Amino acid sequence: MNDIVNPVTLVDRSFYFIVGFSFVFLFAITIVMIWFVIRYRRSKNPTPSDIRGNFFLEIVWIVIPTIIALLMFASGWKSYTGLRNVPEGALEIEVIGQSFSWLFYYPNEKETENEIVVPVNTPVKLNITSEDVIHSLFIPAFRVKVDAVKGLDTYAWFLPEKKGEYFFQCTEFCGTDHASMTGVVRVVSQEEYEEWVNKEDEW
Amino acid sequence: MEVVNSFFVTPSSSRLKGIWSWLLTTDHKRIGLMYLYSILFWFLLAVLLGGFIRLELMFPGETFISPEVYNSLFTLHGVIMIFLFIIPALPAVFGNFFLPIQIGTDDVFFPKLNLLSWYLYMAGGIIAVISLFSDGFPDTGWTFYVPFSISTNTNVSTAVFAAFVLGMASMLTGLNFITTIHRMRKKNMGWMQIPLFTWSLYATSWVQLLATPVVSITLLLVMIERYIGVGLFDPAKGGDPILYQHLFWMYSHPAVYIMILPGMGVISEIIPVFSRKSIFGYKAIVASSMAIAVAGSLVWAHHMYTSGMSDTAVFVFSLLTFVVAIPSAIKVFSWVATLYKGSIQMAPPLFLSLCFIYLFSVGGLTGLVLGAAGTDIYVHDTHFVVAHFHFTMFGGTGFAFFAALYYWWPKMFGRMYDFKKAYIGAILLTGGFMFHYVPMFILGLQGMPRRYFDYLPQYAKGNFFAGFGAAFMIIGIFLLVINLLLTLRKPMDASSDPWGGTTLEWQTPSPPPLHNFVKEPVVLDYPYDFTGVVKKYAKNTKGE
Repeated sequence: MNDIVNPVTLVDRSFYFIVGFSFVFLFAITIVMIWFVIRYRRSKNPTPSDIRGNFFLEIVWIVIPTIIALLMFASGWKSYTGLRNVPEGALEIEVIGQSFSWLFYYPNEKETENEIVVPVNTPVKLNITSEDVIHSLFIPAFRVKVDAVKGLDTYAWFLPEKKGEYFFQCTEFCGTDHASMTGVVRVVSQEEYEEWVNKEDEW
Repeated sequence: MEVVNSFFVTPSSSRLKGIWSWLLTTDHKRIGLMYLYSILFWFLLAVLLGGFIRLELMFPGETFISPEVYNSLFTLHGVIMIFLFIIPALPAVFGNFFLPIQIGTDDVFFPKLNLLSWYLYMAGGIIAVISLFSDGFPDTGWTFYVPFSISTNTNVSTAVFAAFVLGMASMLTGLNFITTIHRMRKKNMGWMQIPLFTWSLYATSWVQLLATPVVSITLLLVMIERYIGVGLFDPAKGGDPILYQHLFWMYSHPAVYIMILPGMGVISEIIPVFSRKSIFGYKAIVASSMAIAVAGSLVWAHHMYTSGMSDTAVFVFSLLTFVVAIPSAIKVFSWVATLYKGSIQMAPPLFLSLCFIYLFSVGGLTGLVLGAAGTDIYVHDTHFVVAHFHFTMFGGTGFAFFAALYYWWPKMFGRMYDFKKAYIGAILLTGGFMFHYVPMFILGLQGMPRRYFDYLPQYAKGNFFAGFGAAFMIIGIFLLVINLLLTLRKPMDASSDPWGGTTLEWQTPSPPPLHNFVKEPVVLDYPYDFTGVVKKYAKNTKGE
C-alpha cells in the first residue's frame, strides 16, 4: 500500500504553497502602501514628483507574477490528478444522492444510509450519481468533493490511513433539508470491516 | 464667475415640471441620480437581509427563522445584491453621471434609451418583489441551478423573469456607453486622453453587451422548461444539467468583471488626485482593463471543477484562470506605485480606496486558491468561497462604490460632507468587514459548506464571531450613507474643484449645469498631468 501517494498530501502541499505565497505578497503590498502614505504625506512632501511609469519595472511585475501564477497552477493541477487517478484494487462503493440522504451500495449488495464503513489503508472508490436534483458529496478529511448528477456517473477516491470517524456533507444546495444531508465515514480495521460487511442487514 | 443654474434647477425638457421633470427626464445626470436613489434602497435592503442570515447562523439550530425562510433569504440577498446593486451600481450611477462629463459632452448618445434602461431596471426590481409576495420567494440561490430550479414549487419563473428584464437594462446601458465613447468625445480627445474611469466603463460595456444575451437566453430556457417541459436541462427527460451550468457561468463569470472593472476605474481616478501625481502606467492600466474583459470571458467553467465535466476542461479553465489574475495584479502594483513620491492628502475617498486595495488583494489572492484545481475541490461551495467573493465584490466593488460616492458627492450635489463621521463610518465598515469575513475563511477551511441553515458543532465559534463583525459593518454602512444624506440640508457651497483633479468633471461648477459645461473644457494631452494643479496650489503654502 505504501507506493500509493495519498492525494491529501498533494492537496495540502498545494494549499501551503499558494496560501504561503499570498501571505508574503499581501504583507509586502500593505506595508509598502502604508509606508508611502505616511512618508509622502502632503505636509512632509508638498511637491510631488511627476513619474508616469517605468517600462522596466512594469515588465518585471508582469513577468514575475506570471511565473508564480504558472507554478501555482502546476501545483494545483498535480494535486488534482492525484484526486482523479484511482489506484488499482480499490474497494468500489456505489453512491446515490437523493433529497435528503445518501445511499451506499457495497459490492456484496449491502446497503447503508448516511454511513460508510471502510477498511483502513485500502483505497476506496465512490461511484456517484443522483436520484433527483444535483447534490455534492464532500468528505473534508479526504479533500474529496464531487457532484452527484442524475444521468451522469462521477467518481472520487480516497485512502483512509487512520482509523476513526470522518464526517461528510452535501455541498450543492438541494432544498429545505440541504444542511442536514450529512453522514459519517467509519474507518475500521480489515477484520472489523469483514465482519461488518458480511453481517446481514437487520432491516 | 457668472451664476449658472445647476441641472437640479433646469429640467432637461423645459416643459416638464415637478416629479415629471425627473420621471421623464433625458438628462444623464438626473437619470444617474434616480439610479442612485433606487440602488441605495435595494442595497440597504439586501444588507439587512444579509444581517438576518448572519444572525440566524450565530447559534446552532433554528434561532429565529425556519429553513425555508432562510433559503429564501440567501436567494433574495444574492439576487438583489448581484442584479440590483453590484452590476448596475457603478456604471448606472457614476457612469451615467460622469461618463459624458469626462469626455466633454452634454449627454449620452441615446438619452431616451437611457431613460428606458432605468424603467427596465425598476420593472425588474418590482417583478422581483412581486415574486416574493406570490407563491413564496424562490429558494434556489441566485444561481438557479437546474434541475432543482425546475422542480421546486416556489416562484422561480417570476424571479428568473426579473433577472431577464434587468439583463435588458444592463445591455442597453452598455450599448449606450460604447456608442457615446466612440461618437461623442470632444474633438481633441484621442483614445489615450480618455480618463481611466471611462476606459473601465468602455471595457465593462462590451462585456455587458456580449455576455448578457447568453444569460437572458438561458433564463428564458429555464422558463420554457418550467412551463412546457421540453427537457433541455432536466436529466429525467434526457436533458443535461451541466449544459445549464456552462450557459449560466458563461455570463455570470464575465459578470463579475462587469462588477469589478468600474470599481478599479474609480480607484484609478482617486489615487492620483489625492497623491497629486500622475497615475503610474496609464497605458498598462488601460490594456489590463481590456485584457480582463477578454480573458475574463474565457474562464467561466472554473466554477465547475466538481460538476463532473472532463478533466481536460478543468486543466484548460484552471490555466486560463491564472492568466486572468495577472492584469488584476498589474493594476494593484500601479496604484501602489502611484503613491510613491506623491504629495498625499488623506481624505475619506482616499482612505476608502486604500481599504479597497487591501481587501481586493485579499480577495484576489484567495481567488488563486480557488483557481488551482486540487485546492478548489476542497474549498468549492464552502464558506471559503463566500468569504472570497465578498472580499472582491464587497471589499472591492462595494468599497469602490462608497469611495466614488465620497469622491464625487461634492460634484453631484454641490455640498461637502463631514470628514470625521466619514472616517468613523469607514473604520467601522472595514473593521467589521474583517471581523465578519475572516472567520468565514477559517470556517471554509474547516469544511463548512455554504447555504447551510444549520451546521456541525465544530463551526459554532466562527459563526458566532462573524455575527458581531456583521453588526459593526452594518452600523458603518448606515453611518456612511447618513453622513452624506445629512449634507442635503446644507446650502450648495462646494467649489468646482475641491480635490485638485485633472479630469474634465472638475472644470465645471458643482453641481454641473444642464449641458454640463459653462465654458469649453480644456482636454489635457495627458489626462493625469498634475503639473498645472501643482502650480495652482503652489502659491497657497498650506497646499489646501
